[in-house]
Amino acid sequence: MTNGMSFTAIFFFVAIVGLTLVITWWASKRTSSASDFYTAGGGLTGWQNGLAIAGDYLSAASFLGIAGAVALFGFDGFFFSIGYLVAYLVVLYIVAEPLRNLGKFTLADMITARFDSSKVRGTAALSTITIVLFYMIAQLVGAGALIQLLLGIDYWIAVLIVGVMMTTYVLFGGMTATSWVQIIKACLLMLGTVIISFLVLKEFGFSITTMFKEMETATDSGAAYLNPGLKYQNGIDTISMLIALVLGTAGLPHILMRFFTVKDAKTARSSVIWATWIVGIFYILTIFLGFGAAKFVGKEEIIAANAAGNMAAPLLAEALGGDILFSFVCAVAFATILAVVAGLVLSGASALSHDIYGQIIKKGNVTEKEQVLAARIGSITIAIISILLALGAQTLNVAFLVSLAFCIAGSANLPVIIYTIYWKRFNTAGAVTAMLTGLISALVLVAVSPNIWNPVEGKAIFVGNPLINLTNPAIISVPLGFLGGFIGTLLSKESDAKKYREVEVKANTGISVQDVSH
Amino acid sequence: MANNQANKGVVIDYDAIANQESFKVLVRKKNSFLWSMTVIFLAAYMLLPILTSYTTILHQKAFGEITWVWVYSAGLFIMTWGLCHIYVAKANSFDKEAKAIIAEYENGGGR
Repeated sequence: MTNGMSFTAIFFFVAIVGLTLVITWWASKRTSSASDFYTAGGGLTGWQNGLAIAGDYLSAASFLGIAGAVALFGFDGFFFSIGYLVAYLVVLYIVAEPLRNLGKFTLADMITARFDSSKVRGTAALSTITIVLFYMIAQLVGAGALIQLLLGIDYWIAVLIVGVMMTTYVLFGGMTATSWVQIIKACLLMLGTVIISFLVLKEFGFSITTMFKEMETATDSGAAYLNPGLKYQNGIDTISMLIALVLGTAGLPHILMRFFTVKDAKTARSSVIWATWIVGIFYILTIFLGFGAAKFVGKEEIIAANAAGNMAAPLLAEALGGDILFSFVCAVAFATILAVVAGLVLSGASALSHDIYGQIIKKGNVTEKEQVLAARIGSITIAIISILLALGAQTLNVAFLVSLAFCIAGSANLPVIIYTIYWKRFNTAGAVTAMLTGLISALVLVAVSPNIWNPVEGKAIFVGNPLINLTNPAIISVPLGFLGGFIGTLLSKESDAKKYREVEVKANTGISVQDVSH
Repeated sequence: MANNQANKGVVIDYDAIANQESFKVLVRKKNSFLWSMTVIFLAAYMLLPILTSYTTILHQKAFGEITWVWVYSAGLFIMTWGLCHIYVAKANSFDKEAKAIIAEYENGGGR
């Protein structure tokens, strides 16, 4: 691997920075109202939003993380690809259309369409901000490590560069700039992945069976490499992780927010189809990235570059395509990180500025101008907090932070979304208890898990025995979120059947969607 | 979707729509479709880690060196894309019914 910057690397990085800044400048002229800022005026088409969803979703954890995991652990790494994809069915079947029909800018808008209470809104905002921060720290720590490795600059400078870029996009270009950065990133990422996969397939003589045959002897794991069990040996833990992956996506604030950028439920639907095809093809290709890296780069070299395997894809690009492809893929990884963190800043800012400031503190009495100003201040606040946290979190495991964010999203957000849309008896108390139980149980269970506690010094943050033997507690915390909402509902007598009929009509017919938005 | 009729300022009588028989039928049909499909795809998905963790059925070779676990996974990908398109087809027909329900409401029921 080249140390320091080559000319081609600088060229690609500058090209991406330049292109995205031009987009931001163009978008800034189209960003004047709060609706422009948070939802690009609701004017995205199905394919645009579909690509943007893919760009928002395929994080560095997907691109670098899964490629590395497949390279090091064979099939076990591919579990992530399967979970992250099937998750789109939950989004499509259960969440996307009712969400579009009921909400305006945030998840809290959608829940308060039924329960007009600042307690509900505040709790939803709290859970959104928590998820955003965990996810963002993961992305920033990953970004810092990656750029440090690629360009040979200090970790803190790398984090600051990414931080400044993401803040610039969001601050000046709002959702329009963020969406287009995500669309371009999705195209670049697909291009890079397809090129590498093609080169890998070529090495195997364009035969899948040859590839599998050669992979049987390509690593020191032998035939076991092609079967599950290299990494995940605790059945319950594996199942728990897969629950978090499939249910978490439908509760991720930055993904949910993307459904407000289209004009109606039908467009929301078509954007999920676009996203599912793109994301699915990408995840299939992670097999080639991973196998290719294991075969043509080799486990030792991958681990030497980064213990978690994050450098597998760039190193593979270098092995098969030389310096140009290596530089291109690194720049793509950079764009990938920028697009995801920009989306996260925006969703965190919407919870802070729209929910907490605009709706709870000012009770909705804010002018358009104040809303946009608040949104910008909120974006800077979220960006600064996450940069500071990321600077202190350099040693945390990125994959763990991402899976934690998925776990909280599935435990705190999904139950309340499902109950709000589909359960007549559900009430304000239930909404609050559902979110709090999910959020707190996910956080507490992780705090007593092997991620934090390990008897061997240096393996985790603290030395000691974990209370539960689950690295991902979704199998407990998701049911707890549902249970919390259920019990909270029954404990309170409140029940508004009339309001539920209204929500049911809106969710199922899309009537009034123009009144609640744009 | 049929929302052009909902002009700003016009109060919509949601109860009237909710009480229309056609609306009740649509909601029942839609929910039973959505939830039964969700149970099916989640079951198919969760079966994978259960089978790989507690049995070795999927560890056997299917085609050449390719083991059944890859075939099952490929099946989940195909299932995901397939169910996406089934959903769209179904949702388009639900859209038509929703449109008819709103038309019915505007022509009589509500006002």
